Amino acid sequence: MATTSRSAPVIDARPPRRGTRAPRSWTGWWFAGPFIAVFALVFLAPIAYSIYLSLFRTRLIGGTSFVGLENYLRAFEDPQFWAAAGRVSLFLAVQVPIMLFVALLVALAIDSGRLYGTDFFRVSIFMPYAVPAVVATLMWGFMYGSQFGLIGNLNDTLGITLPDPLSPQLILASVGNIVTWEFVGYNMLILYSALKVIPTSLYEAAAMDGAGQIRTIFAIKLPALRGALIVATIFSIIGSFQLFNEPSILQNLAPNAITTYFTPNLYAFSLSFSGQQHNYSATVAIIMGAITMVIAYIVQLRGMRKAG
Amino acid sequence: MATPTTRRPGPPTIRRRPEPRLSTLRRPRRSLLLTGLTGLVLLYSLVPLAWLLINATKTQEDLLGSFGLWFSDSFALGDNIVRTLTYDDGIFTRWLLNTILYVVLGAGGATLLATLGGYALAKFDFPGKRAVFAVVIGAVAVPNTALAVPTFLMFSRLGLTDSPWAVIIPSLISPFGLYLMWVFSSDAIPDELLEAARVDGAREFTTFFRVSLPLLGPGIVTVLLLSMVQTWNNYFLPLIMLKDPDWYPLTLGLNAWNAQAATAGGETVFNLVITGSLLTIVPLIVAFLLLQRYWQSGLTAGSVKA
Repeated sequence: MATTSRSAPVIDARPPRRGTRAPRSWTGWWFAGPFIAVFALVFLAPIAYSIYLSLFRTRLIGGTSFVGLENYLRAFEDPQFWAAAGRVSLFLAVQVPIMLFVALLVALAIDSGRLYGTDFFRVSIFMPYAVPAVVATLMWGFMYGSQFGLIGNLNDTLGITLPDPLSPQLILASVGNIVTWEFVGYNMLILYSALKVIPTSLYEAAAMDGAGQIRTIFAIKLPALRGALIVATIFSIIGSFQLFNEPSILQNLAPNAITTYFTPNLYAFSLSFSGQQHNYSATVAIIMGAITMVIAYIVQLRGMRKAG
Repeated sequence: MATPTTRRPGPPTIRRRPEPRLSTLRRPRRSLLLTGLTGLVLLYSLVPLAWLLINATKTQEDLLGSFGLWFSDSFALGDNIVRTLTYDDGIFTRWLLNTILYVVLGAGGATLLATLGGYALAKFDFPGKRAVFAVVIGAVAVPNTALAVPTFLMFSRLGLTDSPWAVIIPSLISPFGLYLMWVFSSDAIPDELLEAARVDGAREFTTFFRVSLPLLGPGIVTVLLLSMVQTWNNYFLPLIMLKDPDWYPLTLGLNAWNAQAATAGGETVFNLVITGSLLTIVPLIVAFLLLQRYWQSGLTAGSVKA
């Protein structure tokens, strides 16, 4: 589920101060009030409600009863939940570094000014970001297919049998490829934007010291990219743990390879909508949200400490 | 260069924008090798889109019987488009209108709330401001999908599910948009200007509309564009909230057509899924190409700050 909230979690809460400010008064609430009100309705209330739900259990006989932390204990002993969490962790450990590394290389190449058609490269590689996850997944899913996909074409033309990307062994890699395709350009652009604001004076100084291009990359560009890389990493962590759209849509094309507990989100979704286990579903969602926040926070702290 | 640039006297560029510079001092020599290597990533990005375009010209039979990356003998693009738009009593058009409704109200509303909120955080000192900041920023790390199921349960209690409101209301909040507008407001509106307006006795809302809003133009377009993409592409939220296909957005509809092939008795319409996909992404790609400078400056502001 990478699309809905690639929003920035790392934020420095101090606005840049300049000059005198308006005196402290309630006027600001007139402006901030509407956002805060809707925010409370669609962010805070659901969180509170799901915490409430997670403390209860509904049985066919006996109705709803308070069970304390029993749902959480159940999740910790639930092999399906851990299989799902393990799968997205593996995804995170493999797909995210590959995607960010490619994005970094492309950003550096475009920034170097040594490409023919720089603008064309930048805009074209970013373009997949505008494609909805649904369309991206359908498109790749068709191409993966052995019927009328490119894999099928290659098999026919070359008279070979390529491994099936929609088989249970390869499906995670195939999902990883789709997500990489969707977001490599987005990450490239974030990194490229950070490169663009490096002051010219730094390059002048480096050139005077006789630094070559490679030297400049390691001494100036990479350190300047750290903040943007942390942001991109945190986006990607959230995206990986939320993974839903791509596997959910591929399910139609690869029903045997994608289980109902393929990712934690898919699991929470199936629990709620096929299983009617709302309380347990809310628990799974809370645990995954908490894990995501903790990991994003650790990445941010580590990044900030190194900046120290 | 495939990017049409409109040169109107146009909006002021944001002040954060760096002065133009060369990447190195001397104008670097262009490199064929580097262009070729980066070209591999370019191919990776464009080939699937080319596949989509090519296969939107094929009939259902040719999809199965011809090579994927080249055209078949029959050129059925026009026919496919007509069938996509008219299939099942023109349900695709209905989905398109739904999507536009969600984008206009959802993304438009999100931009409005984020603009007012970001402006307030940047330019006013009000009681509870630090708490608002802490809560909003803290909540940003909460995955949307973790919220979606509880939101559904809550909305179904309120009787809001299976209606357009169920999709629109959650789309109204974009913490990233709020953050961007906070950055833009801090940078683009000098405090002295507001001071002057206050000294002249202007009311805060008058000041906002007369003085601040024009300066925020580029930021607003950026946030609007990003929220439009998000709403246009949204899948999970409507999937959970909507049962009635009449309220589906395009994304859900396309997936339903695709799933139809797998159900017993369902007609296989992959050619319509492919053509519909193409029609779904064309408006966004055009918008991105036309509004390049906005989203690029927006992302710059967002990434530099963090």
